[in-house]
Amino acid sequence: MGTFIPNTKEEQLKMLNEIGYKDFDDLFKVIPEAAKVKGELDLPEGMSEIEVDRKIQGLANKNVIFRSIFRGAGAYNHYVPSAVDAIANKEEFLTAYTPYQAEISQGILQSIFEYQTMIAEITGMDIANASMYDGASAAAEACWMCKDRKHSTIYVSGAIDERILTVINTYSFGRGSKVVVIPAKDGVTDKDALAKALADDPAASCFLMQYPNFFGIVEDADELCKITQDAGAKFIMYCHPLALGALKSPGEIGADIAVGEGQPLGLGLEFGGPYLGFLSTRQQYMRQIPGRLIGETVDTRGDRGFVLTIQAREQHIRREKASSNICSNEAWCALRAGIYLSTIGPAGYAQVAELCSSKAHYMAEELDKIGMKLCFKGEFWNEFATTCPDADKLLAALEAKGILGGLKFQCCGCDDSDCDCILWCCTELNTKEDIDEVIAIAKEVF
Amino acid sequence: MKLIFEKSIPGRGQDIFPACDVPVKMPAAPLREKKAHLPEISENEMGRHYTALAKRAHGVNDGFYPLGSCTMKHNPRINEKMANLPGFAKLHPLQPAETVQGANELIADLEKMLCEITGMDGVTFQPAAGAHGEFTGLLLIKAYHTDRGDTERTEILVPDAAHGTNPASATMAGYKTVVIKSNENGTVDLDDLKAHLGPKTAGLMLTNPNTVGLFDPNIMEITRLVHEAGGLCYYDGANLNAVIGIVRPADIGFDVIHMNLHKTFSTPHGGGGPGSGPCAYKDFLAPFAPGLVCKDGKYVRAEKSIGNMTGFYGNFLVMVKAYAYLLTIGKDVHTIAENAVLNANYMQEKLKDLYPIAFDTTCMHEFVIGLDPIYRKTHVSALDVAKALLDYGIHPPTIYFPLIVHEALMIEPTETETKETLDEAITAFREIYDRIFNAPESVQMAPQTTPVLRLDDTKAAREPHLRYEFCDCE
Repeated sequence: MGTFIPNTKEEQLKMLNEIGYKDFDDLFKVIPEAAKVKGELDLPEGMSEIEVDRKIQGLANKNVIFRSIFRGAGAYNHYVPSAVDAIANKEEFLTAYTPYQAEISQGILQSIFEYQTMIAEITGMDIANASMYDGASAAAEACWMCKDRKHSTIYVSGAIDERILTVINTYSFGRGSKVVVIPAKDGVTDKDALAKALADDPAASCFLMQYPNFFGIVEDADELCKITQDAGAKFIMYCHPLALGALKSPGEIGADIAVGEGQPLGLGLEFGGPYLGFLSTRQQYMRQIPGRLIGETVDTRGDRGFVLTIQAREQHIRREKASSNICSNEAWCALRAGIYLSTIGPAGYAQVAELCSSKAHYMAEELDKIGMKLCFKGEFWNEFATTCPDADKLLAALEAKGILGGLKFQCCGCDDSDCDCILWCCTELNTKEDIDEVIAIAKEVF
Repeated sequence: MKLIFEKSIPGRGQDIFPACDVPVKMPAAPLREKKAHLPEISENEMGRHYTALAKRAHGVNDGFYPLGSCTMKHNPRINEKMANLPGFAKLHPLQPAETVQGANELIADLEKMLCEITGMDGVTFQPAAGAHGEFTGLLLIKAYHTDRGDTERTEILVPDAAHGTNPASATMAGYKTVVIKSNENGTVDLDDLKAHLGPKTAGLMLTNPNTVGLFDPNIMEITRLVHEAGGLCYYDGANLNAVIGIVRPADIGFDVIHMNLHKTFSTPHGGGGPGSGPCAYKDFLAPFAPGLVCKDGKYVRAEKSIGNMTGFYGNFLVMVKAYAYLLTIGKDVHTIAENAVLNANYMQEKLKDLYPIAFDTTCMHEFVIGLDPIYRKTHVSALDVAKALLDYGIHPPTIYFPLIVHEALMIEPTETETKETLDEAITAFREIYDRIFNAPESVQMAPQTTPVLRLDDTKAAREPHLRYEFCDCE
């Protein structure tokens, strides 16, 4: 019964007649009868707005919202400042299409230009694109960027999130590139194995690491960068964007490409999407970048303006020779990231990185006191892996209290094959009180 | 207008984060030395900055938006309200399955409805946009052939009128694109198709109605021929709005399709995403589907899955919006197609005495003006007409696409526009026509009322300036 069609049935019929059709059947006679649906589709009756609201609220209410979250592993529970929702939900931003017509799309174009600048700044790279679908697909596209006629093998660290690896593998199935995983040792990339693999392979195109890695460890990126580039391959860093508020940036390290999941920059958890892939690189790779780029120019009066640019890389111009097929990306999520970074500013950017780190370290120390030891020795920032006598039991006890504990993952590789491990995550939203509560519950359980 | 960086004053800012309630501790790892330049700005100034930007953008509610191939229909408010419910927006993607039953029920229900609409058997929601859905569909085709040991199939056939994403997706899937010519009616040239079909054919990608807005009358024959040659048929669902509820892609011989939830299913485009490009397939492709699916409370992966297209389950909140839309419309989905096609034909009919229509017949949800004959006489181009429309508060049609029509203007009014809006646009087009012949320079100089005038695209590409450069010389 619901509809968003404004013209009444009478008006529709009048319009049909006015242009020479008897009715809708007459209008659709260009479609062969054999191609048409016979009878009615098996869909429910349409609903009024109140009924839709009630039905979907009912579904939402079936889900559990945790009041306290210690799980990350690719999706992070950071605070979203009020201004982000208030501004991003302006309908001009929300409902516009890709800014093809620059003269009436300056608002969208400038917001993305500002976003590109901010991503370049936080990663310390020269330039960034207008966004990718999510972190994992950005990683896959970054690997493809490094391919040339002589170099096609993609190397990735075994300490990256398996979800990123899966997407890289899936993209590579299409393009026919080989993906080689360098094993992790003690929670970090095995440097010797990397050096050897790259030395033995003249077709090595790139190496991708995660920073901090899946286990939360801040790997020795300087050394990995050197090993990779000395072997003539390109170095890709998959970064947590808020970690860069504290850690040495990919630009300072000398990376060729920085990518990552932009969800922590003003996007909610959202059951996995929409999220935001970011990608930045050095000036010299500008023409290999996938996706949209916004550039500055002038109008006929000489006033500054912004346009979609360097489009000769893109599918609508290059077709089968394009650097990627990407068309719609995640512009609105990029807008949110821009508003987020403008809200927190340079001081907040450093502060949030410090808060995440401090809380995580406090929690790790408290867990250590009750026998849940760090799995790995390496330095960490917001996430860390600990042993646990019985992860299922602890996580269930936490869940019963409205707390989403860390993520249980397979044995960390220690000698004890029954070892349960949990990957914990802290953000600025976890108070000392929340952390102490987890510790208290754990004490009760064990 | 100033950039936000140019409004930044050192020391200003907003207080978001509390003081640290635990001892401060940083990792003993190399820390950043060069600070990131980020704006230092009060909430009020920032709000004004973005409000000024919003005023320099054109959304669906700012006026008519007949951007061909993009289906710029009304974005219902209820969609947004539902997607913002904390019961969806605050879910961690790795929560235990028993704590996200409502979300998984919604996904399953939406899948069922999209299967009924397309005639397909399963849907993966992993793709984040239309082109991503194309890529997914082609990988399913590739996995199917590979699994059968049929590895000589290296070509994907794509009509010359196709969206640019089609050949680009074929390349990403490792296929060679073979271009099929259009005939004089603007649809697939059957002889050319036959000439290119063979043992190398992995599949055909087709939009139907196609990008000139025509339903291919030979569609059943086309898909039969491709199948006969051992290939599969991919349906580019970008134009599904024209036939939703009237034609089901599976019934006319397609094996796999993507839909654009941000076109046909009314979710907003966000200035260039996030979209959602679910890919629907027939049963025999199900073993290759990407991603995890919740079955009986457990997440499972298809037996020969191609892997993952995105990190989690795709753009979930966009799915919530599309679900709200489909619940609203229900079994009346055919009224969407009927009115989309009516509105397009109404405009076409009222303009065709002045403007040359590329293929003058009953169109589907969009039609294409080929301005070439007028351009040759007057040097007023499709771009000029597009820019002139800006001064009428109308978002221009898609221009210079499809490539098979010279000086193309591709107009898609959608079903959510009133007759009055269409009449106003028709009047604007007719006025511009007069100006083309009586004051051509006024069209060539347009727009005059927009925040900026025509921008220098060549300069932007020749002297790339992709970010603000900060001056560190204090």
